[in-house]
Amino acid sequence: MSDHAQGAHSLHHLHQFESAEQQYESATLGMWAFIVQEILFFGGLFCAYTVYRNTYIEAFTAGSHHLDIFWGTLNTVVLIASSLTMAMAVRSAQTNSGPGRIIGWLIATIILGCTFLGVKAIEYTGKWHHHLIPNSTFQWNDPAFPTVTLGPAKIFYSFYFVMTGMHALHMIIGVGIMLWMIAKVRRNEISAQYFTPIEISGLYWHFVDIVWIFLFPLLYLIGRHH
Amino acid sequence: MSDAVKANGEPKNYLNDTYGIKSWLLTLDHKRIGIMYLITLTAFFLVGGVFAAFIRLELMTPKGDLFEAETYNKMFTMHGVVMIFFFLIPSIPAVLGNFLIPLQIGARDVAFPKLNLASYYLYALGGMFAIAAILMGGIDTGWTFYTPYSSSYSNSFVSLALVGVFINGFSSILTGVNFMVTIHKMRAPGLTWFRLPLFIWGHYATSLIQVLGTPVVAITLLLVVFERVFNIGIFDPTYGGDPVLFQHMFWFYSHPAVYIMILPGFAVISDVIACFSRKRIFGYSFVAFSSLAIAVLGFLVWGHHMFVSGQSTYASMVFSFITFFVAVPSAVKIFNWSFTLHKGSIKLDSPMLYVMGFIGLFTIGGLTGLFLSTLGTDVHLHDTYFVVAHFHYVMVGGMVMAFLCGLHFWWPKMTGRMYPEGPAKLGVMFVFAGFNLTFLPQFILGYMGMPRRYHAYPEEWQALNIMSTAGATVLGLGFGLTIAYFIWSLFKGEKAPANPFQAKGLEWDIPSPPIAHNFEAIPIVTWEAYPYGPEEAASQSTETATEPAKEDEVV
Ligand SMILES: [Cu+2]
Repeated sequence: MSDHAQGAHSLHHLHQFESAEQQYESATLGMWAFIVQEILFFGGLFCAYTVYRNTYIEAFTAGSHHLDIFWGTLNTVVLIASSLTMAMAVRSAQTNSGPGRIIGWLIATIILGCTFLGVKAIEYTGKWHHHLIPNSTFQWNDPAFPTVTLGPAKIFYSFYFVMTGMHALHMIIGVGIMLWMIAKVRRNEISAQYFTPIEISGLYWHFVDIVWIFLFPLLYLIGRHH
Repeated sequence: MSDAVKANGEPKNYLNDTYGIKSWLLTLDHKRIGIMYLITLTAFFLVGGVFAAFIRLELMTPKGDLFEAETYNKMFTMHGVVMIFFFLIPSIPAVLGNFLIPLQIGARDVAFPKLNLASYYLYALGGMFAIAAILMGGIDTGWTFYTPYSSSYSNSFVSLALVGVFINGFSSILTGVNFMVTIHKMRAPGLTWFRLPLFIWGHYATSLIQVLGTPVVAITLLLVVFERVFNIGIFDPTYGGDPVLFQHMFWFYSHPAVYIMILPGFAVISDVIACFSRKRIFGYSFVAFSSLAIAVLGFLVWGHHMFVSGQSTYASMVFSFITFFVAVPSAVKIFNWSFTLHKGSIKLDSPMLYVMGFIGLFTIGGLTGLFLSTLGTDVHLHDTYFVVAHFHYVMVGGMVMAFLCGLHFWWPKMTGRMYPEGPAKLGVMFVFAGFNLTFLPQFILGYMGMPRRYHAYPEEWQALNIMSTAGATVLGLGFGLTIAYFIWSLFKGEKAPANPFQAKGLEWDIPSPPIAHNFEAIPIVTWEAYPYGPEEAASQSTETATEPAKEDEVV
């Protein structure tokens, strides 16, 4: 009974589970359920965004024009690449390609993730210089859009910063998870028989990437045909 | 198991398995985590109760003589915030759900024990933020945190409280994820969905809402925090923001949250009523699916809180219609419980008395909800004491009664001690009588037009308000008595047998209190839920078989 937890079970499943398969299925379902709540978390933001986008079409277009489409596109490419390296990390774990391979792909993912965050920092700094941070210092004056007043423009930038900020926070957490995975691989806790942690971390990483795939057009690309 | 008998003759169980404060604070045992929630929840219940007492004291007299208007605003806000977010929402799932879900499905623990402990600490941390906000001077926005007052104008400690609610929200979400996976993946062999106790179905439906609803209110409240702290503009009308959007997003969660608060109550009632009627629950699958129906429909009715907020009339009509629709699955439950009683051999032990109280009070709470979902009557009753009475009938008459019901029913299993039946019966009477005396007059007051959230009122309403305050006193005595004899029973209560109520369910086949990993061997289930009838019981006893110990497992 109390010694039930030790030894007797095979190496790779925790005491509450009866088999490694049950543990794998639980972990995967758990991550999917967590992603569902993440979708609703961002969904609240997307919903509010949609409401204001419909109310202030002009202002959102104007605000979008002040975002740097070069950095935005670059970051999109970076993130898609990071999804690839992440998928490769999972694949190397599944195919027993050795810890060096797995760690290599994980490091590549971390580098791409940090590149994304670096670019984001550059963009945020630019907004700071242009007084587009949506706090009390926010200033708005764009002759190209004479009808757009400060208020709705500030709303656009509020969404821009909250949405990309929340996304960046998820990226930072993702980088943390990757570091943790590297530690796990180094401790030989990952193998072709047991790669659940890497796989569900991958699910998380891909989810965060997909959020950006929605953020990019909604924030950077709207009204570009003007 | 004889080798596990301890030196002092007491068999090993989850309570005496390890000792010391660390073995509790760092425990991964779902049963201990449930107990920690119970202790913390009770503390919050007492804090919320103190504010309720102040409210009722102030309202004894028509003049605002005890508190200033501002102080009174803080009283009802903090009563609501503490009771809803830190007591009612976690109550049954965090305590009884944590303790019983693995036991009832024949599992050794929840799917993610570390996450479970983390959820507890998130709850405690969120609670600390709320307590800090209270101690530093309180919050005055009402528990609904309506913008733009909460985002731009209130000078109280709104951000601190909101961060607390935000953190607590993630405790709720992670508990939901944990329970959902546990119920999907951890059931014992043979325990199919339709052999599960309805307690599990109710918690499954609750988990769905926790996972789908809570994140929306989390981001909404975070936006309000950002608006206060960084002065961004999302809900602020001076920038063209829409304060009513906050209401939509808030109620998208907070209406379903009502079901987070009541579905676990239904879950408890179904198990207890079958036991004390000695009958299978009537219409098992209807009761099971009605929980899911309530969970789903609950997401489509939030606009009934906003009939007078300036939302479109057509939206209001649709919301009103769907709200009526929610009454159907709720009524299905009430009817099925009543039919379960029909021709049962009813025993009126105190858990069953709570069931009776629950059915009566929840029915009143539910039916008065229909007055509020009707567009025309809502315009008259909105923001009056009628609303206050209505949701207290559901939340206290429903959920708190069900929580106490479940606590009594499973107390022997949780603590290994019987509660004293005499004081328990007295406690039910106090709670039931006190509750009705408190809140029935409020229906009348509300109908006469007394608005909620005011600290003064015209003199002709004093008699009814005094009745209400007197009732609250009796109710408080009832709660006090209950807490007192529960604590007494821990030390002086009779030792509980494994199954004091001859109830059915896997949790009753193991000792009280259970061992640390719940089961010596995982049971194989070959019978339907609630085999209370004579022929069903016979079939269970011949088929009760436990899985032969696996080779790789020490038992
Ligand atoms: Cu509602």
